[in-house]
Amino acid sequence: MEIPLTKNIKPGLVAYNLEDYRQDSGYSSLLKVLKNMSPSEVTNLVKASNLLGRGGAGFPTGVKWSLIPMDGDRSKQKYLICNADEMEPGAFKDRYLLEGNPHQLIEGMIISAYAIQASKAYIFLRWAYKKAEAGLRKAIDEAYKAGYLGKNILGSGFDLDLYVHSSAGRYICGEETALLNSLEGKRAVPRTKPPFPAISGLFGKPTVVNNVETLSWISHIIENGADWFKGLSLTGTGGTKLYGASGRVKKPGIWELPLGTTMRELLEDHAGGMVDGHKFRGALPGGISTDFLIEEHLDVKMDFSTVAAAGSRLGTGTMIILDDKTCPVAFIHNVERFFALESCGWCTPCREGLPWVEKMLASIEEGSGKMEYIDLLKFNAKYMGPGNTFCAHAPGAAEPLQSGLKYFHDDFVKHITDKKCPWR
Amino acid sequence: MLSEEELKEIQEEIKQYPYPAVACIDALKIVQHHRGWVSDESVKDIAQLLSISNEEVDGVGTFYSRIYRKPVGRNVILICDSVSCMIMGYQSLYEHISKKLGISFGGTTSDGRFTLLPISCLGDCDNAPALMINNDHFNRITVEKIDELLKRYK
Repeated sequence: MEIPLTKNIKPGLVAYNLEDYRQDSGYSSLLKVLKNMSPSEVTNLVKASNLLGRGGAGFPTGVKWSLIPMDGDRSKQKYLICNADEMEPGAFKDRYLLEGNPHQLIEGMIISAYAIQASKAYIFLRWAYKKAEAGLRKAIDEAYKAGYLGKNILGSGFDLDLYVHSSAGRYICGEETALLNSLEGKRAVPRTKPPFPAISGLFGKPTVVNNVETLSWISHIIENGADWFKGLSLTGTGGTKLYGASGRVKKPGIWELPLGTTMRELLEDHAGGMVDGHKFRGALPGGISTDFLIEEHLDVKMDFSTVAAAGSRLGTGTMIILDDKTCPVAFIHNVERFFALESCGWCTPCREGLPWVEKMLASIEEGSGKMEYIDLLKFNAKYMGPGNTFCAHAPGAAEPLQSGLKYFHDDFVKHITDKKCPWR
Repeated sequence: MLSEEELKEIQEEIKQYPYPAVACIDALKIVQHHRGWVSDESVKDIAQLLSISNEEVDGVGTFYSRIYRKPVGRNVILICDSVSCMIMGYQSLYEHISKKLGISFGGTTSDGRFTLLPISCLGDCDNAPALMINNDHFNRITVEKIDELLKRYK
């Protein structure tokens, strides 16, 4: 089984340095692109590979690039941004790639910037990733010195400057357009779409925003081709995926596996099963903004479309496991409190709905909830859903809420009738 | 008034952007790095330097969770209270630290040594519970470990 993204990541996460990276054919894809490929050839290859965005939404990367106006006028500023904000609770996959192999990301970014002819690129980094930040700054420095960044890269005439922006901390910064506002030094409030960032992004210029894991794929796709990439997955979608698990499992962690690996295999073979004395009750498959899946879904292939068909989203692919010793109401309350705190406050369903939801869940958990709260929570989950808000924050919050109310209905009722939490 | 060093660092940031206001977050971070927090006076100084209103700078400063608009202790303890750390029991960590230092979330010890704050997810979910003290990450923290850990921060 091939694990291209993580094969060179060392235990203990000592960053793979430039020399080692080069010995394993690092930066040879960049050389190939600059020597032999036009920007549109790169975009077409990535399109043909069907690389779906690994940030959670699964949008086809090549299609995103092809929305950038390419009228040949190279004086027009364009931007490439790597979204390394990874603020989703339960997600820690990008950290692994950032700390373990920064050059893989940098090479991917240079090739991607070439494809859209961007001359400036930013890595928007989660504030807490201090180790990743130090590693990235060192790697960028090495890349400049080696002539992979800066003016006239490897004599090709292509220029690129790459900057790291460490966030000042707010979950909403991971939302593509909020991220743009944040990079512009403003409050990270999402923007209306359209115009989409490909037309009017950073400083009003055409901009592509891609996730760390997505960009880390680019050099491998250039080296091995679209068919190779497609053959890596079990479902034909393409690629491997970084999967992870946290919660009361024996071996929480992160694994690179073929896209489409089942939840059962992840849970039993890789995470080592539940900690003794604990039973599996459910999981959020890809961070807290995804719907619960339960035991009946264990054989679902963890692919974008199959997880969607099961009523959830693959999201980041890092699962949070709910066990029978953890109160599901407390779990959902924790998640909704996070969303309420992190709402940017721009639009009403999110600003008003989330604190209302949070208060009702708190009172149910404390034993003072009323039976009508269940319907009110359902009403709010629907009201905060897609189509009523500027961005995906509140719809994301609605996902664990609506599915939690469905799968753990009896637990909600018991809190209300017993006037206490059965787990306390 | 901004110190010469702060001014120099902020101007260095301004250089890479199309207009000065873009450096607002950088400027807030620089001031906080030097002073521990961002006072009303510093907000005004930054606004003047970037040619934007005080309110805009304050709006940005209060939006981001890692900018302190109130003084904090010499060391800041950030306990992750997100769901993976909840499952793995951050609550008992919090209770222990809170009792030991005599402060709740948001509080600073009377000697100014520690401020205790909740923080959302640190990206260490497979090693929960996690916390940070200043810029240092710690994970798989137990009540036994925490006492030793706190001794390192004066």
